[in-house]
Amino acid sequence: MIEERFDAIVVGAGPAGNACALTLAQRGLKVLQLERGEYPGSKNVQGAILYSDALEQLIPDFREDAPLERHIIEQRLWMMDDRSTTAMQYRSDDFNEEKPNRYTIIRAQFDKWFSKRVQAAGALVICETTVTELVQDDTGRVIGVRTDRVGGFIKADVVVLAEGVNGLLGARAGLREVPAPKTVALAVKEMHFLPQETIEARFNLKGDEGVVIEAAGTITKGMTGTAFIYTNKESLAVGIGCLISDFAETGETPYGLLERFKAHPSAVPLLSGSEVKEYAAHMIPEGGYRAIPKLFGDGWLVVGDAGQFVNAVHREGSNLAMTTGRIAAETIAQIKTRRDPMTAENLAIYKKKLDESFVMKDLKKYKNLPHALENKHLFTTYPQLLSSAMQTWFRVDGVEKKAKENAIVKSFFSARRFTGLVSDAFSMARGWR
Amino acid sequence: MHIVVCLKQVPDSAQIRVHPVTNTIMRQGVPTIINPYDLFALEQALQLRDQHGGEVTVLTMGPPMAEDSLRKALTFGADRAVLLTDRFFAGSDTLATSFALASAIQKISETWSAPDIVFTGKQTIDGDTAQVGPGVARRLELNQLTYVARISGIDFAERSVTVERRAEGGVQTLKTSLPCLVTMLEGTNTIRRGTMHDALRAARATVVKWSAAEAGIKDLTKCGLKGSPTVVKRVFAPTPRSERAQIVDLTGKSNEEMGEALMAEIFARSPSLESALEKMAAGY
Repeated sequence: MIEERFDAIVVGAGPAGNACALTLAQRGLKVLQLERGEYPGSKNVQGAILYSDALEQLIPDFREDAPLERHIIEQRLWMMDDRSTTAMQYRSDDFNEEKPNRYTIIRAQFDKWFSKRVQAAGALVICETTVTELVQDDTGRVIGVRTDRVGGFIKADVVVLAEGVNGLLGARAGLREVPAPKTVALAVKEMHFLPQETIEARFNLKGDEGVVIEAAGTITKGMTGTAFIYTNKESLAVGIGCLISDFAETGETPYGLLERFKAHPSAVPLLSGSEVKEYAAHMIPEGGYRAIPKLFGDGWLVVGDAGQFVNAVHREGSNLAMTTGRIAAETIAQIKTRRDPMTAENLAIYKKKLDESFVMKDLKKYKNLPHALENKHLFTTYPQLLSSAMQTWFRVDGVEKKAKENAIVKSFFSARRFTGLVSDAFSMARGWR
Repeated sequence: MHIVVCLKQVPDSAQIRVHPVTNTIMRQGVPTIINPYDLFALEQALQLRDQHGGEVTVLTMGPPMAEDSLRKALTFGADRAVLLTDRFFAGSDTLATSFALASAIQKISETWSAPDIVFTGKQTIDGDTAQVGPGVARRLELNQLTYVARISGIDFAERSVTVERRAEGGVQTLKTSLPCLVTMLEGTNTIRRGTMHDALRAARATVVKWSAAEAGIKDLTKCGLKGSPTVVKRVFAPTPRSERAQIVDLTGKSNEEMGEALMAEIFARSPSLESALEKMAAGY
């Protein structure tokens, strides 16, 4: 058999892998992309929100034929206790623009479309093929991959690990650690089908307009996590996720939390009468800046979830995946043009470029936040305090307003004392800085 | 040896969904698979090629997206793929489909070489007619062997093939001369997992795409909706049948009387059962 050799092998066909393979192929490199799923997208789970900017940089005209559900014109933030919801809502007609900023998508369809673009650009894409091992030479340099197919050793100058949150290949090769339970959330999601008109009526939408709801509070039973409801054309994506370490500690089940969220008086009217057609679960890297593993070495690079590139605060992930995939590809193409070897020294440009991009700057900004969010009062005490404050304030009952104010302030102090309030505020401020 | 395998891209019946709102079958978004029966045919063809040499051409008629199924067949190890795709083929029933496939096989013969065996699955899981294979055989004037469980031997000197055909009450061993058409039964083999080499070759391969004209079809009235006399009268989801259980009043009867009364009720409904049981009992 003739030995195959590629300029680059990309492991995985999610947003990071697709962005990388597309960019490499566009720049004329000989690329092989390997995906374990039956087709690109078959294994991929996300809420899912698509951020236009990162995709636009890869495929400027993506709106013409990408399978998009609704463009987002409204964001709601819910702070919930067991019976009430304090909400912030931002809706703007400015989001009804010619080139909308955010869309809901269905990943199985979207990833398939994305992959067709990758193939059209000239990358070889092979599905139903699991990369079992990174092959290294005596010096530890990665020289190719082995797959679960017979005769599965394929050589490449560089291997891009877009393998997803687990990072198993990299870990197996001893290039990195598997992510710690504290840095990974487990999220579950259901697809609730409803007639288009019903969704539009319930969420005050017309045409392709969509709404995003992000929720936090006692719905996670004191665990660090959030829930969401996203509007698709004829379905709602409803999900909840918490840190794996919290699930392990509390013994709570993800589906138990989801059932509880769905039964909340604020969620019931939005979901009633829907038909559940899908149930999915996936892990999300939420460790932030401090959890980022080693990103490059001799003959290899890490992109997307595998590199913990998720901004948990802003619920951004797929855009970081696409951006890191693109920057990795640009780095490789640049080294290739110079005819330099794919050594750690040369691939270090990747890290440098990331540091200069919004990816690292954003993650760095929130580097202390994961620690701050471990404060369970944020998910129990404060939502309850907020809720009772709201109720005290809005209930008309003949009590004078000054007394109400005093009662609210007192409730905060008696719950957390002065030192507690100050330290919570201080740690949040540090996390946000 | 040249083998042509006809296969069809069908919706994955395990994942077919009824639209919750309109109650129609949702084809969009439903994953497609290669008709499972066709995979038994493909594996048998690949085994023959591995034993006797030659090549395997896979052929399908369908929309452009059917290319995915052909590429998959190439990943399993097929050597060449031909996609017959044209808007003139839309709405084909089994008559029009077998006409189109037969024409394409004729064209394959002219372009490469005449097939020694044409394989199809015994039927598809979406149409369930089992008519296309025989229809192709008739049009190409090939001997046909249907419901074949196994190819037991090929004699190239004599140009003959021997097969095991599963029939009611036993297995028939049949022999016929090449070229012929074989429709394969299920459960006779397991499709192989292609090697890395196969996967790379499949990803690079160009699927040959023919329009009706390119496949040498001149009479378009025999294609698609025009060439299809079958009319679908109605599509519906069968409603579950509820049959009411008959209640036999046995109050106040002894055990023996209960037995007799029940047997009398049963025999009244199926008289043949009584005589059959009597016949069986007579032997003892």
